[in-house]
Amino acid sequence: MSLLHIAIVLPFIAAVFIPFLFKGFRNIHTGWFVLLVPLALFIYFIQYLPVTSGGQTVSKTFEWIPSLGINFNAHVDGLGLLFALLITGIGSLVVLYSIYYLAKEKEALHNFYVYLLMFMGAMLGVVLSDNLIVLYMFWEFTSISSFLLIGYWYDKERSRYGAQKSMLITVFGGLSMLGGIVLLYIMSGTFSIQELIGMSGSLMQDPMFIPAMLLILLGAFTKSAQFPFHVWLPDAMEAPTPVSAYLHSATMVKAGIYLVARMSPVFAESGIWLWLVAGFGLFTLFWGSFNAVKQTDLKGILAFSTISQLGLIMSLLGLGAAALHFDQLDENIYMGATIAAVFHLINHATFKGSLFMVAGIVDHETGTRDIRNLGGLVNLMPITFTIALIGTFSMAGLPPFNGFLSKEMFLLATLEILEFNLFSMDTWGILFPVIAWIASVFTFIYSIMLLFKTFLGKLQLDKLPKKPHEAPIGMLISPIVLGALVVVFGFFPNLLSKSMIKPAVEAILPSLVESGQEVYVNIYFWHGFTPELFMTLGIVLFGTLLYATLGKWQGIYNRIPEQFTINGVYDRGLEKGESGSFRLTEGVMTGYMRTYLLYIFGFFVAILLSTLVVRDAFSIDTSNLAEIRIYEVILAVVMLASAITILFAKSRLTSIVALGAVGYSVALFFVFFRAPDLALTQLVIETVSVALFLLCFYHLPEISRKEERMGFRLGNAVISILVGVTITLIAISAYSNSSVFESISQYHIDNVYKLAAGGNMVNVILVDFRGFDTLFEICVLGIAALGIYAMVHFRGVRRQKG
Amino acid sequence: MKKPNDVILQTVTTVISFIIILFSINLFFAGHYTPGGGFIGGLMTAAALVLLLLAYDVKTLNKVLPFNYQVMTAAGLLIAVLTSAGALLFNEPFLTHAYDYFDLPLLGKTSLHTAVLFDTGVYLVVIGITMTIIQTIGESE
Repeated sequence: MSLLHIAIVLPFIAAVFIPFLFKGFRNIHTGWFVLLVPLALFIYFIQYLPVTSGGQTVSKTFEWIPSLGINFNAHVDGLGLLFALLITGIGSLVVLYSIYYLAKEKEALHNFYVYLLMFMGAMLGVVLSDNLIVLYMFWEFTSISSFLLIGYWYDKERSRYGAQKSMLITVFGGLSMLGGIVLLYIMSGTFSIQELIGMSGSLMQDPMFIPAMLLILLGAFTKSAQFPFHVWLPDAMEAPTPVSAYLHSATMVKAGIYLVARMSPVFAESGIWLWLVAGFGLFTLFWGSFNAVKQTDLKGILAFSTISQLGLIMSLLGLGAAALHFDQLDENIYMGATIAAVFHLINHATFKGSLFMVAGIVDHETGTRDIRNLGGLVNLMPITFTIALIGTFSMAGLPPFNGFLSKEMFLLATLEILEFNLFSMDTWGILFPVIAWIASVFTFIYSIMLLFKTFLGKLQLDKLPKKPHEAPIGMLISPIVLGALVVVFGFFPNLLSKSMIKPAVEAILPSLVESGQEVYVNIYFWHGFTPELFMTLGIVLFGTLLYATLGKWQGIYNRIPEQFTINGVYDRGLEKGESGSFRLTEGVMTGYMRTYLLYIFGFFVAILLSTLVVRDAFSIDTSNLAEIRIYEVILAVVMLASAITILFAKSRLTSIVALGAVGYSVALFFVFFRAPDLALTQLVIETVSVALFLLCFYHLPEISRKEERMGFRLGNAVISILVGVTITLIAISAYSNSSVFESISQYHIDNVYKLAAGGNMVNVILVDFRGFDTLFEICVLGIAALGIYAMVHFRGVRRQKG
Repeated sequence: MKKPNDVILQTVTTVISFIIILFSINLFFAGHYTPGGGFIGGLMTAAALVLLLLAYDVKTLNKVLPFNYQVMTAAGLLIAVLTSAGALLFNEPFLTHAYDYFDLPLLGKTSLHTAVLFDTGVYLVVIGITMTIIQTIGESE
């Protein structure tokens, strides 16, 4: 285990200590201890920057399940490092912010920080694992920890609803992703992403290539809240604001982006990938920005804005795949899309992170997030206003902030795709710039709305639950840092280009940089009077116009009937699913032992008999049989007689005694066949169980067989005869086919004394050779006994209460 | 339930059950070389206790043998797990057993085996669960 592995699991290790720190140091906010973790990790990961910007990667292996090809291989390249820095960097700021946001006296901080650290570790694992199974494991860890974080205020009904929704949707995607991973493994025989990248050419020929791609994309789309799976993200806003800032803007929702970027070298050469990723991304961009305008909750606007921005990055990654169809690196204009994707990813993390924190501050200081009640806060909260101004302008794509630059690059990429003459992109591709432009207009509107309706206009003090004032300085540090980054990256975009963007792009499109070339990233602040600049001007013009006339056209949002919305579909699906499975369970679980036995035996017969037939395994070989002795005949007759007695017994006690007779006869058979151990066991068990049954059944009423219908009894007869026939057939076949497998008994005879110094083979097998069996068996027995104890006693308790 | 005043059964049981328990302990220790072992030994002890139960009743048995059988089950499980895990201390895989021969007073040359410790766990669990089940059901009537 290398230092890198320890760095990845460090948050998990730290999480163990959080509850003790919370209990032990009541007067220090637990967040201060937690803050050390992401800070240390951030400093640690910074060290890799020179490595990756030099085009190198670092791989560390830790064997986990080598026999299945599942190893915890940590792989640091440009893309992974970029994400690792985002996770730890934004993580530090968010923890710092949360210290002021969550009061240590009122909140269950130990829960909060344990979940947060779990999430941080899981996220690091996702972006730094080379093995797909390990990646999947961490991936689901992010789903679980975000479920816990969204449901942090679990006494609120909306929190539970949002947590469940996010869990159902993202875990559904995760499971389909697992299917994709399995398909990839079947095709290639490896779980390693780096090895898969080398094989992408041959993989494309495989018929399972498309299903694998679709399944993996499903995982990525659900996690990154792409249409139509975006419905979970707005409801996830029930989480505390630091969580929203962290998970739902900067990290977790970007896991899908990461996955698409990471798998691009494997899948992206296919035209379907290009259309799917770019198409879904673009539509999500439009849908998110369109719906953001109708929101009235600050965090609601930001949630839809995040959906739309994630769509933007996703579509850029899709468009960037076009670059793979050209060999020359220098004149490859489609590479610009990938560069823009990485650049916008960073920009989005900065401005959206700060905006979420601003929303949290407004909520914290005024007590509401409803923009209909807010307004005029500019004089009361000047610093917050400044941060909000920077963030929203960057989000709207206005100069001189970093969002402007990446938005221009995005518009340019949608224009350039028109010249791409594959996959009918040159005809249908016209949709890209058009939709992108419309979506950008809406982005402009909601950004302006967010800023103006909160901070400008009339102050409505009577509608605010608290008297607003500027936030404490500690709460402002984090958004100020992020806001400063927005400005710095806006003016000096090339600070990032060589150290972070270039290595990440090289990791996304490795096949283009094979021959020792380097991706040339140079982002200009002023790029001349280009088409995209005029598009931006148009956006500002139309956006302002539409914002001014917002009241006139806002009615169109109410045109969509509730039952046709995706939320409606989800809610009804959940309701129907619940009632349907309840009815199914009611139907199957009757509460009668005999019904369950019917299922068990029916299944048993169906499987075994069909296997016997399909495999043609049935055979009778009489050459090796021993002769039948007279005692055995007598014993068999006794067994048969007592078995038949059970069938016709009128009282339970007679049945039990007859059953005991069968058991004792079997024990005698063991004696005849020289298996004293088995005989002894059987005898004792028979004795104890008969006593037990007598004890229980003494109090039960007489059996009333007449109540049962004839059909039911006939069914029972068929099943029991079939079970008997099956077992007999299997026993005879197993005996006759003894040449297929060599009996294991010889091994035991040889080794019982040698290896375990024992004389009794059965006992040696029980405690030594198959000790695990015994261990778990007694565990099961113990659980069963405690179960009976609990059932009987709780029944008593309930009776007393009732 | 009404208890018949069965003098013969009660008198015989007192003696017999003692013999059965002794025999079951013998079975338990002999298990590694001849028929027997923790499972059978435990069951046979339980059978002796059941016999006592039949002859007397739950209350009398509890007075004579005041064991908490749930605790006994738990203790048995714990012993089984701990003795299996003991091998880990010597850098051996879980559940590896060790044995050797010793010259003991009275018994002479005897083989001692860590498997017996594991079997003790099994023995206790078997008694514990059998008696838990029987007692719970018996008491609830």
